[in-house]
Amino acid sequence: MEIAFDYTRSLGPVLGQFMTALRERRVLGARSADGTVHAPPFEYDPVTHRPPRELVQVGPAGTVLTWTWLDRPLPGQPLGRPFGWALIRLDGADTAMLHAVDTGSAAAMRTGMRVRPRWAAERTGSIRDIECFEPSTEAAEAAEAAAPAAWTSAAAEEEEDAAGPAPVGTAPVTMTVTPVRLRYEHTASPGESAYLRGLAGGRLTGQRCPACGKVYVPSRGTCPVDGVPADEAVELPDTGTVTTFSIVNVAYPGQQVKPPYVAAAVLLDGADIAFQHLILGCAPGEVRIGMRVRAVWRPREEWATTASTITHFRPAGEPDAPYETYARHI
Amino acid sequence: MTEVAVVGFAQSPCRVREDATTGGVEMLVPIFAEVYAATGLAKGDIGFWCSGSSDYLAGRAFSFVQAVDAIGAVPPIMESHVEMDGAWALYEAWVKIMSGEAEIALAYGFGKSSGAELRRVLALQLDPYLVAPLWPDAVSVAALQARLGIEAGLWTEKDMAQVAARCRAAAVSNPAAQVSGEAAVEYLLGAPYVADPLRAHDCAPVGDGAAVVVLAAGARARELCERPAWITSFAHRIESGLLGARDLLSAGAGLGAGYPVQVAELHAPFTHQEILLRRGLGLDGGTEVNPSGGALCGNPMFAAGLARIGCAARAIMSGHASTALGHATSGPALQQNLICVMEAR
Repeated sequence: MEIAFDYTRSLGPVLGQFMTALRERRVLGARSADGTVHAPPFEYDPVTHRPPRELVQVGPAGTVLTWTWLDRPLPGQPLGRPFGWALIRLDGADTAMLHAVDTGSAAAMRTGMRVRPRWAAERTGSIRDIECFEPSTEAAEAAEAAAPAAWTSAAAEEEEDAAGPAPVGTAPVTMTVTPVRLRYEHTASPGESAYLRGLAGGRLTGQRCPACGKVYVPSRGTCPVDGVPADEAVELPDTGTVTTFSIVNVAYPGQQVKPPYVAAAVLLDGADIAFQHLILGCAPGEVRIGMRVRAVWRPREEWATTASTITHFRPAGEPDAPYETYARHI
Repeated sequence: MTEVAVVGFAQSPCRVREDATTGGVEMLVPIFAEVYAATGLAKGDIGFWCSGSSDYLAGRAFSFVQAVDAIGAVPPIMESHVEMDGAWALYEAWVKIMSGEAEIALAYGFGKSSGAELRRVLALQLDPYLVAPLWPDAVSVAALQARLGIEAGLWTEKDMAQVAARCRAAAVSNPAAQVSGEAAVEYLLGAPYVADPLRAHDCAPVGDGAAVVVLAAGARARELCERPAWITSFAHRIESGLLGARDLLSAGAGLGAGYPVQVAELHAPFTHQEILLRRGLGLDGGTEVNPSGGALCGNPMFAAGLARIGCAARAIMSGHASTALGHATSGPALQQNLICVMEAR
């Protein structure tokens, strides 16, 4: 399964200026009280815990302090072809920045080599505005130093004064979005496997604890009361009682059912622990604690080893369960 | 001053487990049973429980809660969790006993490293603004440190291969090891780089596992264990999170050096890090390092550091040694270091 989330973070004053400068193809470092220049900048000095005395422009060219080479890049990394990672000390800085270096081959990498940023065509105020570093020559650096900067913050301010609020793309960067995508292989425990196989066969399978006799469905594998494997399979009916519920009124991305709808804890007959499921097939306002419900299965040809084989529960049309039968579960 | 000792240790075999979930329960139940049997304790005797694991590794929120099923937390227990290696859970348990809030405490750690893309998951422990968006994988970050040491003349690729060969040979007698056996240094050096200058033998294998350590105070420790491993020193230090601002060649600064111990179990997931830690902790030729084979032969995330302390304690409890040191690390390139020094009395 793949889990993805776009982490959205506010940058604060130091990193905000740093990211804003990156968008302008400039790199800022932080000068500490003792004059040391950190690039990338610290927010608080790791030794004195003070904020930077000032932010100063560094590099953008620098020197490789150490490197490695990756023949098989991983998803999300700066380059999709073999590349080097390096700690790079930018000119004017005392600390190093970690970034990718594009040399084509490991043979072209060496400690002490001169590199400079290759800027991304579209810059948003992110560390990835530097696409990677590439080998640099003194001639290229001299030419760059002689040419006027393509864009300066002073020019931007003038522009802003003349034209009112800064247009999108020149306003200071205050937020950063980092998409995170991770792939996991979920292993079903023996109890989960038995439960899912049962669903594929139209059965609800739980497990009984050998010590206390309680029945868990879906299986927990281990009895949470006794800490011993609950491995005796027990087949249960697909009817049960609502022990508590909530009416979901909020819409969210990826939602399967249109709100309002009911998510409830259902205590299957013969089970000792309730599990969560949807209650559909009646108005949300009709759902109540003690209501008798029955599982609604997908058509037989769609039964599979997946929890959604039971799509939801619906009212069973029976009188409510006596309070004593579910009192312990409230 | 309360005296505290390790009185029990167990670990699951480290391997890729197809029968274990990210909740850890399947790996923990057998090793809890093992320490109960060895110490004669029952779950009701444990005054404080503390676990170490990671939601990023498990791929779900509050994954440690499921592990509590392995305890059987009825009636309610006093329990805590750290999103770190179980060694830091052990530290919390030690503090709990030292402060008089418990007499017996149990720390455990578990990780199903094979369920995720470990190299990528570990990128998320880096600075979330400046570094993690580049997805530098854990092996590459360690490789940057390895090259720094090579170019500073502190070690060579051959020295690194010798560490791997020695650990693998030692692990032959460790049933929990994932990798073991005789390997010629020349043969190892013939392998291709994974991340230059690191080869496969320089990197810990990806494996799943769990470990548990039981602590007890004073007289209780003597009742539970014939030869408790008394803790004489327990400390941890954290280096700056700014990778490029750290001295990557000083590991464990502030933890002291020159421990005259007979056995040291060092949590070094990469060969060069064992050399770095030996230097940082001032361990000389008189100390037997990683007789278990160390993390290079089995590195279940969030359990391997606790297992190092457990293995060091076991050296004392078994009578093999009278002084021992266990070390655990966390974070990129030995950013965080913890040591637990123990002795027989």
